[in-house]
Amino acid sequence: MIQEIEQDVRETSQYLDREVLSEAVLEALRKVPRHRFVPEDQLEWAYENRPLPIGYGQTISQPYIVAIMTDLLKLRPGQRVLEIGTGSGYQAAILAEIVDRVFTIEIVEALADGARERIRNLGYEHIQTRKGDGYFGWESEAPFDAIVVTAAASHIPPPLVKQLKAGGRMIIPVGSRFMVQQLLLVQKDSEGLVTTRQILPVRFVPLTGSH
Amino acid sequence: MPQASPFPLRVSIALVSAAALGYELLLMRWFSMIQWHHFAFMIISLALLGFGVSGTVLSLFSGWLERHFSVVMIANLLLFAGSSVGALALAQRVPFNAEELLWNWRQSLYLLRVYLLLMCPFFFAANSIGLSFLRYRKGISGIYAADLAGAGFGSFGMVILLFYIFPETAVLVVSLTGVLAAAASWWALNRESSAWLIASIGCGCLLYFFPQAWIHPVYSPYKGLSQALRIPGNRIVFESSSPLGRISILESQITPIRHAPGVSLNASGEIPEQIGVYIDADSLSVINRIDEPRKQDWLDQATSALPFHFRHFDRVLIPGAGTGGEVLRALYHQSGHIDAVELNPAIIGLLEDRFAGFSGDLYHRDNVTIHVADARGFAEGQAAEYDLIQLGLLDSMGSSAGLQALGENYLYTVEALKTFLGRLTPQGVLALSLWTKIPPRDTLKMFATAVQALKDRRVPFPGRQLILIRGWQTSTLIVKNGMITGPEITRTLEFCKDRSFDPVYFPGIHPEQTNRYNKVREDYFFLGSHALLSEHSSAFQRDYKFNIEAARDDKPYFFDFFKWRSLPEIISSLGSGGISLLESGYLILMLTLVQAILASMVLILLPLRVAKKRSGDTPMHKVLAYFFPLGVAFMFLEIALIQKFILFLHHPLYAITATLSTILICAGMGSRWAQRFDSPESRFGAVRYSTAAILSLGLAFALGLNSLLVELVNLSQPVKFLIAALLLAPPGFFMGIPFPLGLSAVAARVPAMVPWAWGINGCASVISAILATLVAIQFGFTLLMFFSLLLYAVAALCFPRFSDIKNVPRGA
Repeated sequence: MIQEIEQDVRETSQYLDREVLSEAVLEALRKVPRHRFVPEDQLEWAYENRPLPIGYGQTISQPYIVAIMTDLLKLRPGQRVLEIGTGSGYQAAILAEIVDRVFTIEIVEALADGARERIRNLGYEHIQTRKGDGYFGWESEAPFDAIVVTAAASHIPPPLVKQLKAGGRMIIPVGSRFMVQQLLLVQKDSEGLVTTRQILPVRFVPLTGSH
Repeated sequence: MPQASPFPLRVSIALVSAAALGYELLLMRWFSMIQWHHFAFMIISLALLGFGVSGTVLSLFSGWLERHFSVVMIANLLLFAGSSVGALALAQRVPFNAEELLWNWRQSLYLLRVYLLLMCPFFFAANSIGLSFLRYRKGISGIYAADLAGAGFGSFGMVILLFYIFPETAVLVVSLTGVLAAAASWWALNRESSAWLIASIGCGCLLYFFPQAWIHPVYSPYKGLSQALRIPGNRIVFESSSPLGRISILESQITPIRHAPGVSLNASGEIPEQIGVYIDADSLSVINRIDEPRKQDWLDQATSALPFHFRHFDRVLIPGAGTGGEVLRALYHQSGHIDAVELNPAIIGLLEDRFAGFSGDLYHRDNVTIHVADARGFAEGQAAEYDLIQLGLLDSMGSSAGLQALGENYLYTVEALKTFLGRLTPQGVLALSLWTKIPPRDTLKMFATAVQALKDRRVPFPGRQLILIRGWQTSTLIVKNGMITGPEITRTLEFCKDRSFDPVYFPGIHPEQTNRYNKVREDYFFLGSHALLSEHSSAFQRDYKFNIEAARDDKPYFFDFFKWRSLPEIISSLGSGGISLLESGYLILMLTLVQAILASMVLILLPLRVAKKRSGDTPMHKVLAYFFPLGVAFMFLEIALIQKFILFLHHPLYAITATLSTILICAGMGSRWAQRFDSPESRFGAVRYSTAAILSLGLAFALGLNSLLVELVNLSQPVKFLIAALLLAPPGFFMGIPFPLGLSAVAARVPAMVPWAWGINGCASVISAILATLVAIQFGFTLLMFFSLLLYAVAALCFPRFSDIKNVPRGA
């Protein structure tokens, strides 16, 4: 799985500003046992590069997408990350392998309970979970160096933009549960100006010929 | 000994045919609710192969089945009644997830299970009809007439029924109709035995006690409504249903619904309390709690607010007003009078009655007039009096997966934009908002469509009347009925800067003014819009890997972006995120066609092998050469005619109902009339003449119908229905003649081939329904009509006269 992801990333390196995934992201992908985050009937595909259903109409994302999203956040040890939409907890675990503190919020009770238990059993003590509405972020722990919004949103909640540090990055996958269409990278510069980058997670030049 | 069919049997055939066609429409509705429209199309298309399977089974066991005709007939009708409810209850519980098809082979098996289950009712219905053809070989025209007339009333009846009852009740009505058909057959065939009557009554009683929970729609867990219902405190407070969709109203008691697509990242205003409105468990729109629209600053933070910054608008038209989002925006900007047009009366009803207070009486305001109408049709009938025509976002992000690709859209065509531009005052503005996709597709296609509309209106410099901007989620295209002015450009730049939106195009734009806030690596928005205005437009469209050619009424598939030559590249990158590029709608259609062709080949060829073993060289190729093109031609013509009347009747549903029921009922009359030519000497002549009539009428329709309908478009709706029926009746009548006469010819000389011919007709209908959409997307509806006429001619030339056959033994 890792080799497959590395190969794919090489092909889409133009979006990542580097040829390969950061070693920290690769190490995280190697370390986190994805099979512990998927339901039993999906175990045989736990290490395949594809999204898997986890019940409640949710999925555990395709590892390739998780890798790119994490890499785009340019994380470093010592940072604090907020995740909206814990799901299985896999993305939070990947983040926790790189940064010091991860805060994750899930609104679907059953998913939140399952993820909390999984995270505890795997010993991720620096992941804090919370059940509830992610719209207002986690004000008491703000600001964050990075925010991952995996729960679908028709607009980007202003409180999240506010809780992003100057120089921070927020990543939002756009599309359906099984088909991520593009990644939206929100960047806040040192003066607080917010811009976005729309990223197609695949090498594709939509035009042939010269125009 | 073959004989004419008794009248109660023909009643029975009409009833089961009505029930089967009604069931088909009902299933389309049902699977659009619980899955998505295009998977519904695929599932139902394949399920209809039950007709083909029936032909095969009847061919293989025709002797035994004919000997036990009475029992088999009634049993099949009762099995239809039972399976129409049972198969649906089971099929909707199969954990099929369309989105996983590309990832998980198990999904193919689930899909197969759904097909097989839903095939059952059609199989039993087709058995009863096909078996009657076999049994009453001298009364084929009468039986076919009953079949067609029943189907005509069934299609009409189901649409009417779905306005008044929920689909879960309608399925019981279908089943009960099957029971009535069985009772009519009992009356015709087996009156001396009361066992079947008791069985029929028993089935009817069972339906009465059938647990409603078993046939309550089970929505896919990946639909928006299913996901919203997992959030604590969310609940459905009201549901209504019509052929236009099932509306579910979601109230939230704990976690507020916050739906404001496209709002700028710089927006800080609070979104008001909202009530969620889901159509077919997806496509979320909201009713906002508003007392004073002027206080809702977030309304000014979307790309679609741009035109209001040019000037004050006295008269605004909002096509597709829905739950009033764009009406609110116009009120926020203190527009004068607003005409809001919405197709679905149930949506308007929500805002006028149940949630009138909640919405601040949005649709009762003095300066808002609401019209229940098709937006295009409404605009056709208006004078040039609007300062602004504002078309908001049409659908949810679901459209991005290409799933709308197969849906005809008559709002986003060159002709539609010309109509809207024709309704603007001088200097008036047409604004169109779309979801933004990467790489750009919708946005550039709309730009190309607008450029073409302006060119068609003989505007010398289209580029001087266009502005295009984009945000992180949406884009808005301004098409002005006049030159864009300097102040308007200045206001566009200010508007974009304040909201971190990017100008894509305005007259005189420089590259450094674009791609600043919402960055894309290669700015194909800017590049594409300039190319589309240049002399290289055709080359750019040719070289672009998505289809961004302007959509026209003849090919009204705005959301079809698929190009075959891009497919290998996209497939090769599926694992690495390339799935987003897959415009799956078109591929689903292709997949459906391949499945239908493969299944049909098995169904058609299997009896052929068995029959050859049994009866030596029978002229089967003659049967195939006649019935296959005939089946395809009938369906092609029917679909092409439906399309011709959509714009005239201003509603796809009206067009489908009027066309289907008129053609089927008149074809039934034609079939009945054909009985008088049912002799070896007259059949071929009658088929030739009826084909000549179809060709003449078809040619006249293809070449002159549009011009005629344009002249009559402003008549009242009932008069237009009458005109549609009068125009469709003659071709419908003649379309009913070739099939029964062909079947009679087969019955007279090769009786064992009757069920096989019936099966071929079933398979041809399924394949042609799918193929028709592909032909329309690729070549347009006019060419589809010409193809149908060509196939009618081919069929007539291949009429099975069997002049070289003396005696052909019965097959079984």
